Parts: sequence; structure tokens; C-alpha cells
Amino acid sequence: MSADTETIDRFVAQEYKWGFYTDIEADTLPPGLDEDVVRHISAKKNEPEWLLEWRLKAFRLWQTMEEPHWPQVKYDPIDYQAVSYYSAPGAKDKDRPKSLDEVDPKLLETYEKLGVPLHERARLAGVAVDAVFDSVSVGTTHKEELAKHGVIFCSFSEAVQEHPELIKKYLGTVVPYTDNFFATLNSAVFSDGSFVYIPKGVRCPLELSTYFRINAAETGQFERTLIIADEGSHVSYLEGCTAPMRDENQLHAAVVELVALGDAEIKYSTVQNWYPGDEDGNGGIYNFVTKRGICKGARSKICWTQVETGSAITWKYPSVILRGDDSVGEFYSVALANLAQQADTGTKMIHLGKNTRSTVISKGISAGKGQNSYRGLVQMGKNATNARNYTQCDSLLIGSRCGAHTFPYIEVKNPSAQVEHEATTSKIGEDQIFYCNARGIETQDAVNMIVNGFCKEVFRELPMEFAMEAQALMDVSLEGSVG
Amino acid sequence: MLEIKNLKAGVEGRDILKGIDLTINAGEVHAIMGPNGSGKSTLAQVLAGREAFNVAEGSVMYKGQDLLELAPEVRVREGLFLAFQYPVEIPGVNTTYFLRAAVNAVREHHGEAALNAVDFLKLMREKIELLQLDEALLKRSVNEGFSGGEKKRAEILQMALLDPTMAVLDETDSGLDIDALKVVANGVNQLKRADNAQLIITHYQRLLDYIVPDFVHVLYDGRIVKSGGKELAHELEEKGYDWITNGELQTA
Repeated sequence: MSADTETIDRFVAQEYKWGFYTDIEADTLPPGLDEDVVRHISAKKNEPEWLLEWRLKAFRLWQTMEEPHWPQVKYDPIDYQAVSYYSAPGAKDKDRPKSLDEVDPKLLETYEKLGVPLHERARLAGVAVDAVFDSVSVGTTHKEELAKHGVIFCSFSEAVQEHPELIKKYLGTVVPYTDNFFATLNSAVFSDGSFVYIPKGVRCPLELSTYFRINAAETGQFERTLIIADEGSHVSYLEGCTAPMRDENQLHAAVVELVALGDAEIKYSTVQNWYPGDEDGNGGIYNFVTKRGICKGARSKICWTQVETGSAITWKYPSVILRGDDSVGEFYSVALANLAQQADTGTKMIHLGKNTRSTVISKGISAGKGQNSYRGLVQMGKNATNARNYTQCDSLLIGSRCGAHTFPYIEVKNPSAQVEHEATTSKIGEDQIFYCNARGIETQDAVNMIVNGFCKEVFRELPMEFAMEAQALMDVSLEGSVG
Repeated sequence: MLEIKNLKAGVEGRDILKGIDLTINAGEVHAIMGPNGSGKSTLAQVLAGREAFNVAEGSVMYKGQDLLELAPEVRVREGLFLAFQYPVEIPGVNTTYFLRAAVNAVREHHGEAALNAVDFLKLMREKIELLQLDEALLKRSVNEGFSGGEKKRAEILQMALLDPTMAVLDETDSGLDIDALKVVANGVNQLKRADNAQLIITHYQRLLDYIVPDFVHVLYDGRIVKSGGKELAHELEEKGYDWITNGELQTA
């Protein structure tokens, strides 16, 4: 036991490799939130009147709402008036760059350092990237090629200007502005994000990806992503996120809405690596995110895969509403809580249609003083004849100061529905580590090997280009956490 | 090759080894026998470097180095291998992957290039044949769901792959039926060379029908109370451990 604790103690000192800060001129609103701020953001984006009205409705409602405190996480009260709600790189009076050629080289450099080159010659092959820096999108790659297939992939702000009919038709249809405290806040002040539309029958020829970077101090990031897969289309989308190391906490409250029409398929993968704070719980991102998809048409499919290694606090439940008959929802998750991180994450599978099927595979890893909770809801509506769910929820503990918690909720209103739930909790034992040592394998490699073995079922759901990255990220995030 | 002098060690404040002296030279096979609780497994664990066991006194020199100063992973890379009495299950980690990581860790330590998957498979197939192991086991997780016999054979496979100079086999015979015992013994015998040595720890004499030791030592209450040739094993088998515990042989 003592040897165990000691080894694990040495494992907990990790370094965050994406913690640098880009010194760049920015147009940042002073901290504080009132109707003027909402109007200001909307005006900055030259938004139509209806969208401003929508934001204001959300803002007025939000003022009457209370922050939820049911998650299994603890943090000091957030002062919403101390946060800046808008920060864009570039001087106030300058226009937004029209193309990537006009983007500030410092920004391009930043993304290059993060391993996401944006300019033509170094772009990732097979992946189109939308780069969001603080509150705005700085550029999107491979646009022309996508346009040939009729695929729209652009920043949310651009979509509001260029495709208002699609925004008006789908915005808030999956996550209404009344949904919850953080989603409502987002609806009032969201600044940018990505928009995707895949036309009927088109299989998107590239992986689509958004890279979110929070840079400015005391700034919240409130992005909004909307993905619409029209009938029979197919798209795979990946988001990645990092932030500089700061002593104070930063707020990230995003909303993601997915709409899959008949026979369409959306695969949404996240590699979340926000700054986690230090081992005493100072700094780090508060990640309060609402992600939901609707399988609107028959035989449609939505698959969420998430690898959550960062953030001081994670509060997110990517969910699927299975409305279309024979539709499929999947959720594959690896959540790591190391240092003093707290994660309360899981999914909701809402079965409304007949023969709907869902699979939930959740792998929670707790190390250091991390607290990891799985919270999931499986709901079988009264018309969900022959609906099926399978949930597997595994926890892995490293060391003796961390915790794992499971909160499964199951509601069944149709007698023909089948729900299965399996759960395991295990601990990386000193005997396992010693066994690896006795075969020449170092402790750190042994832990990585065991953790990667534990996460395998989830990693293989990631697009191939990112599965390796996720594995490497997991190794780095556990670096120094058993030594 | 291995020189143990006045080794005293224990766990959680309990003294278990009370002064072990043992010298093993290249080309020799030694057997340590003894009743339950005599300290056999403690000796194996101390040699492999398990942190939970504290060495109070004495020294262990291995190939001219102070073995006790080396980290467990360095010991095996330097050629001291322990076949576990209870091999540990590691769910989710593929056996082939694990074995390759082990082999490459040792190779890199000696400045040799890591083996790629193809070359490693070739090497492994050779060794598998030697041990008549079911190749299907290698696709499963490390030791997970293996039978007792499969685990022990897998240990010998690891030994064959890592090609140690000093192999310590901790009760490798326990839980094996006679056929499995023969296979394991045959594997061990084939790995024997003039430039390596083996230390066989066992409770029963029967393994020594198949692996013939040059020296037999009887461990009792943390001390080696008698040493001799292979005939000592037969004598023990005949007379039982009572022979020793009754005090007739106490030489302390």
C-alpha cells in the first residue's frame, strides 16, 4: 500500500504542453454582462434583427435562472460580471480577414505550434479545419474543395450572413434557448463556432474539424456549433481544444446541436484538452457544455465519441434524441480526472421511435485527487417499441486519493424495450505495475499501457488520424502521475 | 554470477529472511526447497526488486553489480528474470503487445534496435513451438482468463523471449498437471546454457525429476539449513519436511 501510494504520488506532477499564450492585439469587451453587451456582440456580427431578439429573449430568461448545483463537482461561485464576453484577435477598427492569406501570422504560428497548420502548404491532408480563437473563427481550410460537393463548412457568423435560412430553420431546435442555465447563457452571448451542412446523399469527402483556442485572459468562450446532415448524407466531425495556463479559472460554455435527417449519419468526436489547472486546483477551464443531437429521420445515426483529458471542471452530457424509427445513437467516452480535476459527464439516450437502438460505453479514469462521475439517462418513451440500450460503464482508479462515481438513471415506459447496464470498477494495482517492471517495462509505460488497454474500445471509434493523437494525449496527461 | 551474503529481509515489520548465503555460478542449476512459510517466495521477490519487501541487512551481487541498488526493470534488462508464482492479469493489454514491449525494453537497454512487429512475430513463433503454447492465447489480454497451466507456460515463454542469464522460477510447478509440468520443464531445460544459470524454487520434489539441479538447498525459517546435490531432493521427498522441522538438521 505505502509503496503504491508513493509511486502514484510521483506520477501526479504533469506538464501541460499547450499552456503558452499568444501576445496579440485584441478587441476585447470589458468584463460584465448586460443587454448592451448582448446587443454589442450581435452588432459586431452584423446580425439580423430576429437573431438579436432571440439572444435577448435568452438573456432575459437567463437572468431569472439559477446555476445548477446537482453535479458531483465543487467550485467557488462564478462571478458572471467578472468575465469578458467577447474577444477577437486584431485591432478594433480593422475588418475581419477575408481569407487565410490575410490572417495575422502570429495566429497562424499559434495554430502551427498546436499542431494544426492552417496555411495551404502544410494543411492536414484529408481534414478541413475551422480555427476558432477566443470569440471568433480565424479561418477555415479546404473550403473550395468542400464547396464542389455542396458541403457548407464555415464559421457560425459567416453562416448567419450567407445561409440565414438554414440558421433560422435549425438554430435552437435541438437545444432550445430555454434548455438550461449554461445553454441559455450561451444563446445570449455566443460569439462564433462552426456551421456544417451536408446536402442530400452526399458523403462528406473530408474529415471536418474545429480547433478551439482560448487565449485572452478573463474571457469566456461561448461557441455554438450546428451540424445538419440532410437525408442520406454522412459526415465525420472532430473538435479539439486547448488554452494557456493561467492561475484564474476561465469559463467555457458551448452549445452543439446536431440534426440527422432520414438515413443520415453524423459522427462527432471530441478531443478536449483544455488547461486542467494545477494539482492544488488553481486555474483551469470550467467546461459547461450542452451537446445534443436529434436523429430526426428514420434509420439515421448519431455517434458521439469524446476523449476528455483537460478542464478543471467538466460538465457535459452529449445526448441523442432517437425520434426516427430504427435510428441509432452511440456514445463512447473516455474521461480522465487527474490532479484536482473534477468531471461529471455522461450521456442521455432518449428513445422515442420504434426499434431505436443505443450503445453507451463510458470509461472513467481517476488519478491524483481527481473525481470522476458518470451520469447517464436512458429513457424509453411509450412509443419506443422494441427499443434497446446497452450501457457499459467502467472506472479505473490510479492511486488512493481519487474517486469514481456512477449515477445511472433508467426510465422505461414501453414494456417491449430492453435496457442493459453493466459497470465495473478496477484499480491499477501495485502488483500489475511490478509485474510490468519485472518484464523490463518502466512504471510510466506500464501505466500508459494499462490505461490505453482500458480505453481501447473508445479510441478505436475515433477517426484514424486522431486515435493515435488521443492515445499520445492520454500518455502526456498521465505523465508523472505514477512514476 | 549471483552472490547472496547474509541477506535479511522482511515485509511489514515481519522478519522473513534471517541471513541467506548463496552463490550461483554460470552453468549451474540450483534448487531451493522448503516448507510453506520458510521464505522461498520472499527470496524470489527480493531478488526481483519488489518494493514492499525491505532488506535489513546483507548484500546481493549480480554480475559484479550491487543488485539491490538496481530498479526492478533494470534488473531484468540486465538478465535477472523472475517467473512468477502467481502471474498477474492485466485486462485490456494484448499479450503480444506486452511481450514485444518487454523484449524491446531489454533490447534497447543493450543498445540493440527495437524489433518491428514482423520480426517479433517470427521470434515469438519459434519460442511458442518450443513450449507447445496455443497461439490463440497471444491474442488475449495478458494472463486474463488463462488457466493455471497456461499462465505458467506463458511465464516460460516470456523467459524464452527475454533470454535471461539468471532465471529465478518461483514455484513454477504449482498447479500444473504432469503433462504441463513436462512441457514447462522441457522448455526450461532447453534454455539452459553454459553461460546462464537457473534458480528453481519449489515445494515438491517432482519438478526436479524433470529439471535436474546441480545443487539443492533446503530453506527453513528464513535460513538455508542444508545444501547438497540432487540426491538431497530425493531424501527430502522420502522423509518429508518433518525431518528438518524436528530439529535433526538444525545447524543454525
